[in-house]
Amino acid sequence: MSARCDIKVSVNGELHEACVEPRLLLADFLREHLNLTGTHIGCEHGVCGACTVFLDGDSVRSCLCLAVQADGAEVETVESFGRTENLNPLQEKFREHHALQCGFCTPGMLVTCTDLLKKYPLASDDEIRDGLSGNICRCTGYENIIRAMRAAVRERDEANR
Amino acid sequence: MKPSAFEYLAAASVDEAIAVLAAHGGEAKIIAGGQSLVPMLNFRLLAPTILVDINKVPGLDHITPDGDGLCIGALTRHHALETSDLVRERFPVLCEAMTHVAHLAIRNRGTIGGSLCHADPAAELPMMALLLDATIVTADSDGAREIPAKDFFDGALSTVLEEDELVTEVRIPALPANCGWGFEEVSQRAGDFAMAAAAATVSLSNGAAVQVRLALMGVGDTPMRMRGIETQLSGAPLTAETIEAAAASVVDAVDPMSDLHASSDYRRHLAQVLTKRVLSDAWQRAGGTAQ
Ligand SMILES: Cc1cc2nc3c(=O)[nH]c(=O)nc-3n(C[C@H](O)[C@H](O)[C@H](O)COP(=O)(O)OP(=O)(O)OC[C@H]3O[C@@H](n4cnc5c(N)ncnc54)[C@H](O)[C@@H]3O)c2cc1C
Ligand code: FES
Ligand code: FES
Repeated sequence: MSARCDIKVSVNGELHEACVEPRLLLADFLREHLNLTGTHIGCEHGVCGACTVFLDGDSVRSCLCLAVQADGAEVETVESFGRTENLNPLQEKFREHHALQCGFCTPGMLVTCTDLLKKYPLASDDEIRDGLSGNICRCTGYENIIRAMRAAVRERDEANR
Repeated sequence: MKPSAFEYLAAASVDEAIAVLAAHGGEAKIIAGGQSLVPMLNFRLLAPTILVDINKVPGLDHITPDGDGLCIGALTRHHALETSDLVRERFPVLCEAMTHVAHLAIRNRGTIGGSLCHADPAAELPMMALLLDATIVTADSDGAREIPAKDFFDGALSTVLEEDELVTEVRIPALPANCGWGFEEVSQRAGDFAMAAAAATVSLSNGAAVQVRLALMGVGDTPMRMRGIETQLSGAPLTAETIEAAAASVVDAVDPMSDLHASSDYRRHLAQVLTKRVLSDAWQRAGGTAQ
């Protein structure tokens, strides 16, 4: 057994202190220790995108980050987005455009889309497709996710005008 | 799967990281972005006894001018390189290459040092280091050394680094005057590792191409510079005929592997097509006239 480490992590604005094994993945810390099961685990090697969360404001794969590495950091998961009764604007676009079916990929899609909207112009559908190429969806065929993103981009650009 | 157990140390300095590496021989591993290492831990392809985290070591995350070139700290994230104004001004070819590296969430975390040390034969940064004649600066128990990129990679996923050696920065010398560039890659989806890629820089002097550089990846164990072809093309204008001849020589010079993603023949075909495109783009961007 390896020595456990004490960590302090802010998750969705709430400070959590824990003593964890170094090998514990951030994804498992969120799900198993904090019961925040909105973050999904698909592949555990960075290719499916289901586990994507914000770490200090940037989207990252929580399956490729150790919980100990989040010591002192701020994590935001899909639980910090809107709730059923008050969806955030991006979630609202997903609902309007039927951008989910089973919902397994959705938490990672929402986090990825939020970061893409912050960092890229996304002027064309091709650019949106490229941006989403690291998130796998086995249900929708992606088209409705692209539509939802197109609507979110339009809203962002109008707000910035 | 989940990783097997290991100890963890967040190093506070380069010296501390080196001391821990030296004390544990080959059993210790550095973790930078973790974007190549953690998948290997999760698959249990690697089971180090201790991970030395360098993310909190000060002074390793910077992009600074070095004469007309750049000095890039080992911990510089892919997304910082992709979006840096300095990189865009001085090495637009590198900026273009970065847009092909993985996906945003991975670019937010992955580092230049990690990519060079991981030495994936289909990774963009090793090829760019080779193309741009970068120098890789390292530190170990015996001091510091500077390794030219051409001597750094010695096989697939293998470099000349010692067990207690840490990459601290990457220096890229200025491009020659009137320099044009080309970068082309073919992968199955945006952000996937390349099946093959090529990059070139060409300078224009008195109507002729000089200091031609051509690099390829995905067609061998390590990225490759095509030095014979570079010499063959230097000293005259690039024309459809000379570019065609260069691409034909590439076909003979490479011996790619077949794998799940592409056959050897297809990769050889890509090497040829991409060589033509990058030479022609580089020549035109340098201001060379179509012949
Ligand atoms: C889904 C997916 C897709 C990807 N696609 C691409 C792609 O298209 N192109 C591409 O180039 N890469 C791709 N990558 C890999 C990514 O670019 C990694 O960021 C990079 O290969 C490793 O950088 P890192 O900082 O994450 O290194 P780590 O994973 O932390 O480390 C990698 C190796 O380097 C060693 N190391 C790290 N830093 C140092 C240092 N300073 N000194 C000495 N040793 C060090 C580590 O011990 C380890 O052996 C992809 C990764 C994933 C998960
Ligand atoms: S579970 Fe992390 S990317 Fe698939
Ligand atoms: S909605 Fe089912 S995987 Fe995307």
